[in-house]
Amino acid sequence: MKRITQFVLTDILRNRIIIGYAVLMAVLSWTVFNMEDSGNKGVLTMLNTVLLVVPLVSILFSTIYIYNSSEFIELLLSQPVKRHQIWVSLFLGLSLSFVTAFVIAVGLPLFLFAPLWQACLLLLTGCLVSVIFVAIAFLSAIFSRDKAKGIGISILLWLYFALLFDGLVLFIIFQFSDYPIEKPMVLLSATSPLDLARILNLLQIDASAMMGYTGAIFKDYFGTGAGFVLAIVVLVLWAVLPFWWSLRIFKRKDL
Amino acid sequence: MASLVTIERVSKKFGKLQVLDNIQLECRQGASIALIGPNGCGKTTLIKCILNMVIPDSGIILFDGRDLKGDVQYRKHIGYMPQIGRYPENMNVGQVLETIRNLRNDNSGIDEDLYHAYRMNDLLGKRMSTLSGGTRQKVSAVIAFMFDPKVLILDEPTAGLDPLAADILKEKINVERKKNKLVLITSHLLSELDEIISEVIFMQDGVVRFHKHTDALKADTGKESISKAISHILKEELV
Repeated sequence: MKRITQFVLTDILRNRIIIGYAVLMAVLSWTVFNMEDSGNKGVLTMLNTVLLVVPLVSILFSTIYIYNSSEFIELLLSQPVKRHQIWVSLFLGLSLSFVTAFVIAVGLPLFLFAPLWQACLLLLTGCLVSVIFVAIAFLSAIFSRDKAKGIGISILLWLYFALLFDGLVLFIIFQFSDYPIEKPMVLLSATSPLDLARILNLLQIDASAMMGYTGAIFKDYFGTGAGFVLAIVVLVLWAVLPFWWSLRIFKRKDL
Repeated sequence: MASLVTIERVSKKFGKLQVLDNIQLECRQGASIALIGPNGCGKTTLIKCILNMVIPDSGIILFDGRDLKGDVQYRKHIGYMPQIGRYPENMNVGQVLETIRNLRNDNSGIDEDLYHAYRMNDLLGKRMSTLSGGTRQKVSAVIAFMFDPKVLILDEPTAGLDPLAADILKEKINVERKKNKLVLITSHLLSELDEIISEVIFMQDGVVRFHKHTDALKADTGKESISKAISHILKEELV
C-alpha cells in the first residue's frame, strides 16, 4: 500500500496542477493579509475564499484524477494487489497532496498575521475541507462510468454545498421566521460541511454577535468545548463516510 | 494431471444480458487451451472472472483447489496479457515495468527473454501515450511473461503485432508450454493457433459448446487443421 501511495504522490506532483494551486493560494493569502488592516478581518476574508476555492479545486481535480487512473487501476488489478489497497492508496495520495499544498501555501501568512488560535483553526478547517471534498469526489466518480457525467455530478455537488445550500437555509429561515427554529437550524447546519466549518470559524472571531439570536444559539452549541469537539467529529465523518461508501462499491465493481 | 483452474457453474449478467450462463470448465496444468467463439460470446468476461476483475453473480472459481474469492496472492501465479493494454498515459515504459516489479516485490526468476527479444531497452524512456498499438502489445507481453507464472492468460495476444513479433511470441508460448504451464489463449486467428494449442473450448452466447482435445476435434470432423475443423462445425450448424 505504501508503494502505491508513494507512486500516486509522485504522479500528482509531476502533474504540476497541484503546484499551481499552492502558488495561487499563497498569493491569495499574502495579498489578503497585506490589504486588510487587522488580522481578524484578514482571517474572515481568508475563510470565505478557503470555503469557496479549496472545495472546488479538490473535488474537480480528484474526480478527473480518479477517472484518469482507471488504466492504472486495471494494471494493478492483474497483479497480486487487494482492491481496497488500490482505492485507499489513491485516497491517501490525493488527500495528502491537497493537505500539504494547503498548509504550505496558507500556513506561513496565517501564523504571521492572524492570532494563533484562529490561525490553527482555519488551517485545520482548510485541511478537513480538502479531505472531505476529495472523499466526495470518490463517491461521484464511482457512481458513473462516464467521465463527463462524473465531473458534472462533482460540479453540481460543489455548487450545492458552496452556494445553493446557503440559499436553502435562508429560504427556510424566512419561511419559518415565526417559529422557534433555532435548534433545528443547528442540526441543519451539520448537513453541509462548509456551513459547519464556517460557523465553527466565525464563532472564534466573535462575529457571532452579528448573527442575532441564532448566533447566540450557535454560540451555545458550538462555542463550548463539547460542541466544538462534536463539530470536528461531524466534519471528520463527512470525510470518512463518503469514502467508505465508495470503497464498498469499488470492492464489488466489475472492471 | 490435476485441474489448476476450475470453473463451477459460473453465471454473470450485465444488466439484462446474460454474458456467462452456468459455465463449467476444468483447465489442467500443462494444457494449452484456445478459447474461441464469436464476438461477444463472453470470452473476455470469463477471463476477467478468473482474474477477479469481474465478479460472477453465482458459482465459484477454484485456483489450485482454492476458492479465489477474497484471495489475491493467487494472482502471483498468473501472467495476464489484456486484449487492449491500457497503461497510465504519462508514465514511460521503464516506469511501468519498474512499478510492476516493485509491486510484486519478487526479483527471483525474472524472465527477460521477451524483454530482450522485443528490444525493450530502446523503449524505456518513451511515454506510454506515444506508443503505437503494437508496441503496447509488446509491453503487455513482456509484463505477462516477466515473472515466470504458472498460468498464462493471453487475450488476443497477436492482434496488432507485426508478423515478426507475433512469431517471437508464439515461439515463447511454445517454450512455456513445455515447462508444464497452463496457457489460455483467446483468438480469432484460428490458423495461428494450430501450432500452439492442445485443447479447444468453443463458446457461444455465454455457454460452453464443447471442450475437446485438438486430436479428438480433428478426428470427429475429419479435418487436418483446427481452423478447418471449426469452420466445418459452424457450417454444419447453419444447414
